[in-house]
Amino acid sequence: MLSVADLSCIRGDRTLFRGVSFALEAGQCLHLEGGNGVGKTSLLRIVAGLSPAAQGAVCWHGELLGSPHCQLPAQMLYLGHLLALKDELSAVENLCAGSAIAGNTIEPAQALDALKQLGLAGRTALPVRVLSQGQKRRVALARLLLQQNPLWVLDEPFVALDAAAHALIVRVLHGHLAQGGMVLLTSHQPVDLGAQGRSLRLDA
Amino acid sequence: MNAIAAVVQRDLRLALRRKSEVLTAVFFFVVVASLFPLAIGPEPDMLRKIAPGILWVGALLASLLSLGRLFAADYQDGTLEQMALSPTPLPLLVAAKVLAHWLLSGLPLALLSPVLALQFDLDGGTMWVLFASLLLGTALLSFLGAVGAALTLGVRGGEVLLSLLILPLYIPALVFGSGAVEAQMVGLGYGAQMSILSAMLLVAAFFGPWACALALRIALE
Repeated sequence: MLSVADLSCIRGDRTLFRGVSFALEAGQCLHLEGGNGVGKTSLLRIVAGLSPAAQGAVCWHGELLGSPHCQLPAQMLYLGHLLALKDELSAVENLCAGSAIAGNTIEPAQALDALKQLGLAGRTALPVRVLSQGQKRRVALARLLLQQNPLWVLDEPFVALDAAAHALIVRVLHGHLAQGGMVLLTSHQPVDLGAQGRSLRLDA
Repeated sequence: MNAIAAVVQRDLRLALRRKSEVLTAVFFFVVVASLFPLAIGPEPDMLRKIAPGILWVGALLASLLSLGRLFAADYQDGTLEQMALSPTPLPLLVAAKVLAHWLLSGLPLALLSPVLALQFDLDGGTMWVLFASLLLGTALLSFLGAVGAALTLGVRGGEVLLSLLILPLYIPALVFGSGAVEAQMVGLGYGAQMSILSAMLLVAAFFGPWACALALRIALE
């Protein structure tokens, strides 16, 4: 389980948030809400271990993030605003390289299958450069189908997606939660995650 | 291991899709090394004398050309974040990127150097020493340069700062690399210089990626 205690974040001379605490058990989802600039992305980056917190602690199964025994990096999938896609490579090549870097080598056939599920059949061999913003986002989200990490940290996963893709990703999230996964996400759009979903509001 | 192989393979594939970056460095090296014989004129003694220095400085500047983009693209598109979050230690992934950089910008220069050495009237033995010294030397330049590239990542005017930061560190490689070729030309052994180059390469290959990883994590914060 993920537990976050008394987290503060300071950017320059501004305190973005202070005393944020929450816990996520297997099968739960936390939806971070709040206006622009209140520090949702900063909070996700602190949980992912990309930025240090000014104060507070992030623990994964009781181990402090950053300690040698903490397994969080190997068990987390982080999708940020930047999609980590190479314009010159095709969607399949991008997914294979990205999965290998994330420590989970996949076959091109698996990547192809995931892309088909996300409605990108016929676009898989094109360089990502020629895809639309929504299609690029779908390619990045295909990683959700390819990696079995228990914790998903998603920063605005629904940006640029159409209604059909939005519904599809919500279904994927439901499936992940049903298998005992955890999801921490930010989104300005309403996300219906049923009984397992909670929301936390960050205020300026 | 798979992650390392994937990073090398991906970088090589990217270079194949945008060949201009690799070709620019190679073309620069060829042009610079060819301008000197044209400007100085057909004096074999003079050309032989300046050859090690010219070819080494040319290779050094050519390898500096592509250095600024070593981490920049991965930083901008978010791949670097994913590398920092990978279960594979970041220094190993950085080493993979440096290896790919050397295969694309160092190895071609070393392979070309004997051909360019013909313009300077170098004999066969000297060409081999030049080739070997550049083979070791360009790898050393890639590892040293990667530290500079990581430190200047995301800084405005980073390319200029990178040159200022990294050129002083290149001096030992230049001194011993061109020194090995000169030693061979005057009939002294080149073993000592090559050993020192190898030793510097080993130290840089061990500590360089680790220093890069620290600098990259700061850039990502």
